[in-house]
Amino acid sequence: MGKKIIELKNIYKRFGDFTAIDGINLYINEGEFLTLLGPSGCGKTTTLRIIGGFEQPDEGDVLFEGVRINDVPAHKRPLNTVFQKYALFPHLTVGENVAFGPTIRKISPDIIQKDVKKYLEIVNLEGYEDRDVSTLSGGQQQRVAIARALINKPRVLLLDEPLGALDLKLRKDMQDELKTMHKDVGITFVYVTHDQEEALTLSDTVVVMNNGRILQIGTPVDIYNEPNNAFVAYFIGESNIIHNSIMVKDKLVNIDGVDFNCVDTGFGQNTPVDVVVRPEDVVLVPADKADLKGIVTLVTFKGVHYEIWVEGPTFEWKVHSTLPQTVGDELGITVDPYNIHVMKHEPLEIPSEETAVEV
Amino acid sequence: MSKRRFAFPYLIWMTIFIVVPLFLIFFYAFTDNASGKTLFTLEHVKAIFQPLYLKVIGRSFYMSLIATLVCFVMGYPAAMILASKDFSQKNTMLILIVLPMWMNFLLRTYSWLSLLENEGLINRFLVSIGLGQVQLMYNNFAVILGMVYNFLPFMILPIYSVLVKIDKSVVEAAKDLGANGARVFLRIIFPLSMPGVVSGITMTFMPALSTFVISRLLSGGKITLIGNIIEQQFTITGDWGLGSALSLLLMVLIFISMIFINKYGDESVGAGGLL
Ligand SMILES: Nc1ncnc2c1ncn2[C@@H]1O[C@H](COP(=O)(O)OP(=O)(O)O)[C@@H](O)[C@H]1O
Ligand SMILES: [Mg+2]
Repeated sequence: MGKKIIELKNIYKRFGDFTAIDGINLYINEGEFLTLLGPSGCGKTTTLRIIGGFEQPDEGDVLFEGVRINDVPAHKRPLNTVFQKYALFPHLTVGENVAFGPTIRKISPDIIQKDVKKYLEIVNLEGYEDRDVSTLSGGQQQRVAIARALINKPRVLLLDEPLGALDLKLRKDMQDELKTMHKDVGITFVYVTHDQEEALTLSDTVVVMNNGRILQIGTPVDIYNEPNNAFVAYFIGESNIIHNSIMVKDKLVNIDGVDFNCVDTGFGQNTPVDVVVRPEDVVLVPADKADLKGIVTLVTFKGVHYEIWVEGPTFEWKVHSTLPQTVGDELGITVDPYNIHVMKHEPLEIPSEETAVEV
Repeated sequence: MSKRRFAFPYLIWMTIFIVVPLFLIFFYAFTDNASGKTLFTLEHVKAIFQPLYLKVIGRSFYMSLIATLVCFVMGYPAAMILASKDFSQKNTMLILIVLPMWMNFLLRTYSWLSLLENEGLINRFLVSIGLGQVQLMYNNFAVILGMVYNFLPFMILPIYSVLVKIDKSVVEAAKDLGANGARVFLRIIFPLSMPGVVSGITMTFMPALSTFVISRLLSGGKITLIGNIIEQQFTITGDWGLGSALSLLLMVLIFISMIFINKYGDESVGAGGLL
């Protein structure tokens, strides 16, 4: 991994009055697996299309290895795309689909034939050359789309929710395969998904987007552990987001009416802040062992852990624990200082459930 | 049971309008009642293999092929323009294309008379600007023009309706894989539009091959097509046997053409498959 291969500088894109991309700055390092993550409609596809050359930004520059490529048409960019709905050519066989790129580039038929074989093997479809694409399952079509792109040895592969249409089991398998492929072929992957788990599993770098803006860029671990605003915390994994918290002074924050030690500084004194605590970081203790107390309202077994809801004075806490609790019991709530994430208070634009879990 | 009951009206419809006429054509083509009795005969079928009729059939094919070709060459680009998403006048244009079809066919063809005649509008204009009179009617040109004018919408509309349905992302995928505009057209758009092209060709070629109104009106009866001969057998000479035999021949020829067009279209679509 090393030099920047793609750079987006101050990109804006409007559709009529609607601003789909609202000032994006981003660079992508050669060889990395970068994921654009965000709820449906936040501008992920549009960003990808701007990189691919299918959409022109209204403002800003797209750079490829430092050279501005705004005016380079899609068919001349050294990138290939795996489209959201595969977009296979329905009138061509699997082999002809995969051979499309090299044929256009007038590579000799012998080499094309060998390459088609090789890349169909890479995507686990050896021997499918003469099959009609309409006879393939969703997962198989997806693989053909990937082989069709990879055979061109693009510098960058753009993938737009490639696993979105697959069922859960297949999606998990394909995630592993994609990860392996990325390692084997050594191509830069720019991946789009609204599935946070997928993003965290696959990526070297995650870019969290909302409303056409980038909220945070970081490694999956950074994004998960150090969300830099409440939206990211909300979107990545499950969280307790306590909005009515007050930073009393450095390293002391009032949450749900009780003062907690924390590690954050620099917010000033008596400042309203948002506090994020992951459910697995909440520790339940006997009521007399903690200042913050709550009543257990719901206990659900989730397979690996129990999900426990505890009603505090002003906030309902979600807790993940391997131990069950009894509904109606009073318990103490504690959180280790380094598990308390304090962030600037902002009005939270949480997308409605259905847009967040778009299929 | 109930499904069958619903199919009943269609069965009646098909019987009255398809089976009965077909049966009558077969009946007249293979029988003779000159002697007062109805007897089986092959005379009518033999009669159609006269050089005169074969020549007329050849001419009909030639002219309707040219008309179909012209319709295709004009209609395909028109359909593409209509189907392109930046084209803002789409609905106006579609109405303009369909509008003439609401008018009576004869009326439309007569209106060309008043344009093309020696004393017609075009010639009067040419004379008035000092270019002199041109023979526009009573020739192949006029008949083919009439065919193109009448059948062009039947070429444009099926192609248009296939083109608008082509998935934009497939076109983008082709560009993504390095195809420029011309290649995208030749390798993706055109092959995918073949079903529209095939039905467009079918819908222009068939009526062009069997027309008798266009040729009679615009050639002033000078150019005889197979349709005219068949019509004459029924309306003038009263030889229903020969007329029916010629109709049968025309049907067989159209049938063969359709198989040919569909097969050819099928091959160029690759494994896609239509029909
Ligand atoms: N061609 C377009 N015309 C109008 N609006 C568009 C167009 N493309 C995208 N949009 C809008 O831009 C926003 C972002 O879209 P998109 O990038 O597809 O989001 P995502 O891929 O994150 O779901 C959406 O609100 C969408 O409706
Ligand atoms: Mg999208």
